[in-house]
Amino acid sequence: MPDYQWPDVEHRTLIGKRISRVDSPDKVSGRARYTYDIKRPGMLFGKMLRSPYAHCKVVSIDISAAEKMPGVKAIEIVQKPGSNIHWAGDEVVAVAAVDETTAEDAIRAIKVKYQKLPHLVSDAEPPAGAGETQGPLSMDDLGDMLDNQVPENQIVAQIQQYGVSFQATEQDYKDAKEEGVPDAVLDAIRKATVHPEAAGAMKSNYQKAATQTQGDVDKAFSEADAVSEGLYGAPVITHCCMESHGSTSEWTDPDHLFVHMSTQNVSGIAGQMAEPLKIPAANVRVHQDHVGGGFGSKFGPDRWGIVTAQLSKKAGGKPVRLMLERDSELKVAGARPSAFARVKLGAKTDGTLTAWHSHSWGTGGPGGGGMPPIPYCFAVPNQHKEHTAIRNNIGPARAWRAPNHPQAAVLTMCALEDLAAKLKMDPYDFFLKNIELTKLPKVYREEFPIAAELIGWKEKWRPRGQNVSGHMARGLGLSLHTWGGRGHGSDCDLSIHPDGSVDIKMGTQDIGTGTRTCIAVVAADALGLQVDAIKLYIGDTLYPPSGGSGGSTTPGGVSSSTRRAVVDARDALFAKVAPAFNAQPDDLEAKDGSVRVKSDPSRSLSWKEACSKIGATPITCHGHNDQVASKNKPDLTNSGVGGVQMAEVEVDLDTGIAKVTKMVAVQDCGLIIDVKMAESSVLGALIMGISYSLYEEKIMDPITGRMLNPDMEFYRLAGLNDIPELKVHMMTGKGYDERGVIGLGEPPAVSPGAAISNAVANAIGVRVPFLPITPNKVLAALSQGSAQKAGA
Amino acid sequence: MRDDDSTQKNSSETAVIDEHSGVSRRDFLKISTIAAAVPVVAGPRVVLAAGEHVPVYGPGKVPIELNVNGKVYKASLEPRVTLLDALRDSLDLTGAKRVCDKGECGACTVLLDGKPVYACAMLAIEGQGKKITTIESLLEDGKLHPIQQAFVDNDGSQCGFCTPGFVVACKALLDKNPDPTAEDIRHELSGNLCRCGTYAGIRAAVAQVARKGA
Repeated sequence: MPDYQWPDVEHRTLIGKRISRVDSPDKVSGRARYTYDIKRPGMLFGKMLRSPYAHCKVVSIDISAAEKMPGVKAIEIVQKPGSNIHWAGDEVVAVAAVDETTAEDAIRAIKVKYQKLPHLVSDAEPPAGAGETQGPLSMDDLGDMLDNQVPENQIVAQIQQYGVSFQATEQDYKDAKEEGVPDAVLDAIRKATVHPEAAGAMKSNYQKAATQTQGDVDKAFSEADAVSEGLYGAPVITHCCMESHGSTSEWTDPDHLFVHMSTQNVSGIAGQMAEPLKIPAANVRVHQDHVGGGFGSKFGPDRWGIVTAQLSKKAGGKPVRLMLERDSELKVAGARPSAFARVKLGAKTDGTLTAWHSHSWGTGGPGGGGMPPIPYCFAVPNQHKEHTAIRNNIGPARAWRAPNHPQAAVLTMCALEDLAAKLKMDPYDFFLKNIELTKLPKVYREEFPIAAELIGWKEKWRPRGQNVSGHMARGLGLSLHTWGGRGHGSDCDLSIHPDGSVDIKMGTQDIGTGTRTCIAVVAADALGLQVDAIKLYIGDTLYPPSGGSGGSTTPGGVSSSTRRAVVDARDALFAKVAPAFNAQPDDLEAKDGSVRVKSDPSRSLSWKEACSKIGATPITCHGHNDQVASKNKPDLTNSGVGGVQMAEVEVDLDTGIAKVTKMVAVQDCGLIIDVKMAESSVLGALIMGISYSLYEEKIMDPITGRMLNPDMEFYRLAGLNDIPELKVHMMTGKGYDERGVIGLGEPPAVSPGAAISNAVANAIGVRVPFLPITPNKVLAALSQGSAQKAGA
Repeated sequence: MRDDDSTQKNSSETAVIDEHSGVSRRDFLKISTIAAAVPVVAGPRVVLAAGEHVPVYGPGKVPIELNVNGKVYKASLEPRVTLLDALRDSLDLTGAKRVCDKGECGACTVLLDGKPVYACAMLAIEGQGKKITTIESLLEDGKLHPIQQAFVDNDGSQCGFCTPGFVVACKALLDKNPDPTAEDIRHELSGNLCRCGTYAGIRAAVAQVARKGA
């Protein structure tokens, strides 16, 4: 049985070290080619006509003038007259022309008549009693819930409670399963009561999405020594990928499509394009070298991706490129659902948490959305939770780095901090007092003192509002988080060639997280080579499929499949080389660019010499990691990580400007393949976190129903100037390494909002309820705080 | 979105008139007919408007000549095409990225006579007669420029889409000020944005080169 297990610390040459990103030289020199950079011979430029209204019906479309324009090669009506449009910016007609300016002119020449319908773009607290009980669920309702990452158990509960409005066929079940609908949901649909009469009924904007009770909440509150109540929330924000969504499609013959797409899901795109285009998935080739960010928003081809193929077909197969303009990118290509809540918490005098009561609401656009997992991390023994989902016309939601967790952290950790303040406890002590309510008490107990040391918590922390000098208030805040991160299904082929070269083919993608580097480190480590000796071929459906890069599943997946392939290939090489040493294959090792006898390293061949014994055909081994953990023997990946973050802020009490002055993160992610990449992921999450905590919000105009800030001036991202000293500590060694590889992309992006909000509350003495913590909100909270004091 | 409507309208009507110049449209057209005979460079007509010679391009495609990385490129482009789109779509120099397309994020930063500019916020015709330097010129014989090497060493890129713009902005900063303070770095790089959160690495990269240079 080959020894696939990760090598122990004495036998690692590269794993766990600080290795530079292997594709960095391409990125810093502009050589890295992104989908946006692809220019195919004879390429046409695509443009989209988008709905100006948030809710309307398409009445008529007149493309006659555009069709006659010189240089216009194809027009595709995306939503026919009669279609209902549910958000401003939705696709209506697409054009392909010889250049971009001609395509723009053609779009202007198309006349569309719309019938405006009433819209809602607000996600303010629903009026009392507005949460209409959900009727039977339509297929769209279920699709929306799945798109919005409503937890499986919530979907099942709703199906059981309300039934469905449609009769699903066996084909529907088959299709749904292929699209990744969980079995539990499919089972629930099979068993559900069907109410065909409910199909097509108008739905309220407000939907009671969840009501859950556990324990005796009333009793727990009546027996609590301290009760704190507060309002918390995080607004809708966008993904704002630097490279917008888009693709270039061309028909290489009437049945075969070649697509360059900006995606987090290379291996999963072909199937999603094949169905609407009515060709076999095997006829679709997808290629991508580099992707300029995804953050959860680039898993599907999207309507505009399918359109490039349709336009290309109409233009005789010519390549058609359609990349979203920045305003469209912000309006329609991804948003994180909002979440707000009124939370009431109860505890004993010693800080022991006893009771949680929350009424939460939020929107994920037309689908409404689900309740974030609250109370987050802490299993408060007595809980009552109600959630109202707001279905509105702001545009669809997508997975955003750690879906639902950052919102849940804000709703929970901010409420906990408020309660600690009420108990006059240091939140550091208060959180640790209740740490046994979490699933990872041991991890957090180890991480808390490290984070405290890094930020100087014990020296710097003061009770609320007691660290003010002049008009500057300073404060500290903390939060903790968790995530799964088990490796996804991944396949690869690894070849060792007779000339000593090594290559790996895998249909994965590197979304900036260091996936290439991770694969190269794992392979090179096992072969005793340097990372640059490994030639990587990724980002193409010609290579063995590997899962989409979502949910922090990539490092576990690609490292496991690579490890299995490289161990098999190395053992096959040893078998070829052993006779030359008069030794058994098991007696050999690959180290420092050589293959040698373990017991006598002087008996050695250089790597190249050893490979020359392979013969004419290369050794090629397939590596597979199954997404079902129990099928992997041994299992090289794992799930469940914990992290603690602490932030220090400075708030100008005159202007209301809050700045983060220092932030630290302590994070576990099992066995770390490359410490440098891991730290970069955490640093990036902190920076992104500071950005969404202080600046980001998708602002909708209630009158027009349009996004008011669809650009990068008014949709503000943090700049270099906004980023303070950051410190990252990765948990490694005993207790961590032996768990196997666990993903890291999401977890550190969870806590910043809560930690920063808590630091601001600690600084100014009152809670700023909602992110982003902008000057107007700080000043409003301050004046409300002093009004309350004056009234008391 | 660029306001292409107005650009197009201006070029088709040759309406480069100062509203307060007192020159009527009719007079202006007369002037332009006369002044059109004055050639400055091949391509645009030159008109006298408000006492100044103003080149008028278009409507339609016009010949354009750009000096990029020491090489002269010729192209036929509409006057409304930005310098960025000309570099990317006509000259196949795709290092500068199109992100915001309106001068907000810096991903398209190039040097114009040594100064960093947003290539998306100027027209290709405006780049004529200037020395344009793009990220592609920083590699010498395949070897990374010290600032590029510093980006590699300090992991100054993740997805990498903002990276070329940042590298060019850093080069401009270091060319002007080889020993920048932390405050200088913050100030000079405030015109570039990153989504993955690479600022810590970028700051360390600039500091690394600055130290070596000092």
